[in-house]
Amino acid sequence: MTRRLATLIAPVVFLLALLYAWTLAADAKLVNPLWFPGPERSFAKLGEWIATGALWSPLASTVWRMLAGWLAACAVGIALGAAIASSPLARRLLQPSAEFLRPLPASALLPPAILVLGFSNAMIVSVVAFGCVWPVLLAAIHGFGALDARLVEVARLLNFTPWQRAWKFQLPSALPHIFAGMRVSIAIALIVTVASEMLSSQPGIGYLMLVAARAFRSTDIFAGIIVLGALGFLINYGTQRLEGRLLRWR
Amino acid sequence: MGAAFPLAVLALWELLSRGGVLAEDGFSRPSRFFVAGAKALADGTLLAQTAQTFGAAAQALVIATVAGVTVGAILGLFRPLERAAQLTIDALRPIPSVALIPLSLLIFGFSREMSAAVAAFACFWPILIVTTAAVRGVDPRLIEVGRLLAFPLPKIVLKLALPAALPGILVGIRVAAGIAIVVTVTTEIVTNPRGLGYAMTMAAESLQPDLVWATLLWVGVVGWAANWALEKLPIRR
Repeated sequence: MTRRLATLIAPVVFLLALLYAWTLAADAKLVNPLWFPGPERSFAKLGEWIATGALWSPLASTVWRMLAGWLAACAVGIALGAAIASSPLARRLLQPSAEFLRPLPASALLPPAILVLGFSNAMIVSVVAFGCVWPVLLAAIHGFGALDARLVEVARLLNFTPWQRAWKFQLPSALPHIFAGMRVSIAIALIVTVASEMLSSQPGIGYLMLVAARAFRSTDIFAGIIVLGALGFLINYGTQRLEGRLLRWR
Repeated sequence: MGAAFPLAVLALWELLSRGGVLAEDGFSRPSRFFVAGAKALADGTLLAQTAQTFGAAAQALVIATVAGVTVGAILGLFRPLERAAQLTIDALRPIPSVALIPLSLLIFGFSREMSAAVAAFACFWPILIVTTAAVRGVDPRLIEVGRLLAFPLPKIVLKLALPAALPGILVGIRVAAGIAIVVTVTTEIVTNPRGLGYAMTMAAESLQPDLVWATLLWVGVVGWAANWALEKLPIRR
């Protein structure tokens, strides 16, 4: 009993100890207080944002851009991946290009995207979508291509059309790969969204933080880091739960 | 065969640009940006910027490796401590690295350290997690031998645990190296007046679409080459 209690309490104690160390370091002015506020001031700032409602509009913009780019990338990635996997010719033609573009930092697309689309929501969503598409696309190509040989045989015996085979056999067997790709992608989506907001001065959490840095308002920066950390945590937790639920049949 | 598709895209791009379908002040055209790229390569600016970017990424990787391996080895050797730290790790790890750009800018100003600090944060987590798992997986009898020989703890870690865990740790460092390059370029694009990322932002702001596309292509080539080299490293789990 005491053992179980200890395993439950120890993580909380560890986290609180770290927060306390942060407080001590800030109070002792180990680091210049100009850019290092203690936790109580940072969380107070966050509370103020919530109380005055100043948080919701930038947060909504950031989340909206992130989800829009991510969902677009998922739709394109799955459809394109299924098409590429079903044709050996398309695979030979397109896979090397996909492999070449995959390590390209998505944010590197920002300067040309700004030239073409200007400082706009459409620009951010497109860059986010570009950054998110590769993990989903490569996972879909792999997933649709790796169908169990026995199932290929069954599909042939049942006289399935290629369409039926893709829908009934290939999609279910590809889903675990696709979900894994989608989870990698949404983390990228958050990063690229915030970076885009910082560069293009579009209202959002990223822009809020960069403006705070220019004005040396470090509590705003820390409050922003807490918000983005919480957002990242929720995304991670949410997609994990969703994946578990959707793939329960496995 | 794999080259056919990109070549077709470039040819179509050139045609559409010459036909006036793609606006030249945004899309430039392949014939222009290959020239701009060759020029920037010949006068050395592109190579100097590449060196800046890779320098910051390497610094980030070194910092993250030292910190990640140290903390990971401690957590891997002491299971109760690992369990206690798990909540804190789960709370800190999802912070997107770019969220630290404004803070790093305040602390380090416009410098190599600014990019390196942000990238080191991003690289720290994969190295920490892999090291913890690898050290935890070291045969307990090996550690037991160290205890029997009355080795002090640092000696057990350095002489026994880390060498045994090294293959796993190297895999984590390889993953982190790829992350370091991506995050460094991102911070450069967003704020830092150094390296390849800033070269693109600067070219876009001074309306030189050919140089923007040329640098993007170069970032793609260098990034792909670095990735290829990392995958060729003789690292196996």
